[in-house]
Amino acid sequence: MSFSDGQIWGIIVALGVGTFLMRFSFLGLIGDRPLPPFVLKLLRYTPVAVFPGLVAPLVMSPAATGGTPDPARLAAAVATLAVGVLTRSVLWAILAGAATLYGLLWLLG
Amino acid sequence: MSTSTTKSAFRDGFLQGLPFLLVIAPFGLLFGVVGSEAGLNVAQVMGFSFLVIAGAAQFTAVQLMTENAPVILILAAALTVNLRMAMYSASLVPYLGAAPLWQRALAAYLSVDQVYAASILRYQERTEPLPARIAFFFGVAAPLVPVWYGTTWAGAALGAQVPEAMALDFALPITFLAMLGPALRTLPHVAAAMVSAVMAVVLAGLPTGIGLLIAALCALLTGAAVETWQERRA
Repeated sequence: MSFSDGQIWGIIVALGVGTFLMRFSFLGLIGDRPLPPFVLKLLRYTPVAVFPGLVAPLVMSPAATGGTPDPARLAAAVATLAVGVLTRSVLWAILAGAATLYGLLWLLG
Repeated sequence: MSTSTTKSAFRDGFLQGLPFLLVIAPFGLLFGVVGSEAGLNVAQVMGFSFLVIAGAAQFTAVQLMTENAPVILILAAALTVNLRMAMYSASLVPYLGAAPLWQRALAAYLSVDQVYAASILRYQERTEPLPARIAFFFGVAAPLVPVWYGTTWAGAALGAQVPEAMALDFALPITFLAMLGPALRTLPHVAAAMVSAVMAVVLAGLPTGIGLLIAALCALLTGAAVETWQERRA
């Protein structure tokens, strides 16, 4: 890369400040003023609205395989989600996903 | 409000944070490796993980920096990846909004995806006094954040010695899917999740972060609409 040290630090600090402001935004400005019921109803779905959207493109076209769907990664995704739904446990879900991923990568080698 | 409830909430949070180490550690290691291979020195790689503390945005920034993209584009792309944090912030308001300013500021700094996910699940499942909610939040962050710093440093120091066969790239999808499973509690949750996934894949061609934002907004509306429909039927 062709950035000076000063530019690199500028990028890091600007990203740090910007990211903090986004995280602080509503929590900092609204505080304990009550939100309208409809807004509360929408916000209840924030985690399930964000996580699938974040992950679906990564599962369908992983960068590590140049964007082509990969059986080991697809199977690991299915195993993680299924075990998470069945056990309600993040730990078991992660273990199932990692075991499937490494198991299949090794088998399909 | 007793101190013991607050203490046990912190301990609960700490214990629920521990499993995420399995994904935070490889992800931090991977960022350290990628950052140092891109030409950043150890202090700069650590600066990212300490000041930005958001893996996906950090990867986006470093990727664009290696392509010598204009600074303004690097900032715009990485911050767009983090727009979801504003949604997290809004959804935490009903639970943490009444906390003192310094606690809200610290919680904001610490609201990485995993801390947010574990905390919001807890808040939606049980009613607790505010100090216990704050203690739980900090409890989840307590094991994760130091390990994020530490593994970033290790990755930057070890550099290219981390083998590609570790498939560290998939730590991120696995962590989000592991957080998603337990959150799929009702029909509106499932409907919202499906809309989010489908829309994000359809909109994958848009700049990173924009597609996700549109997909997430559609999913929020879907969840609320299905919930309203269920209430009318009942």
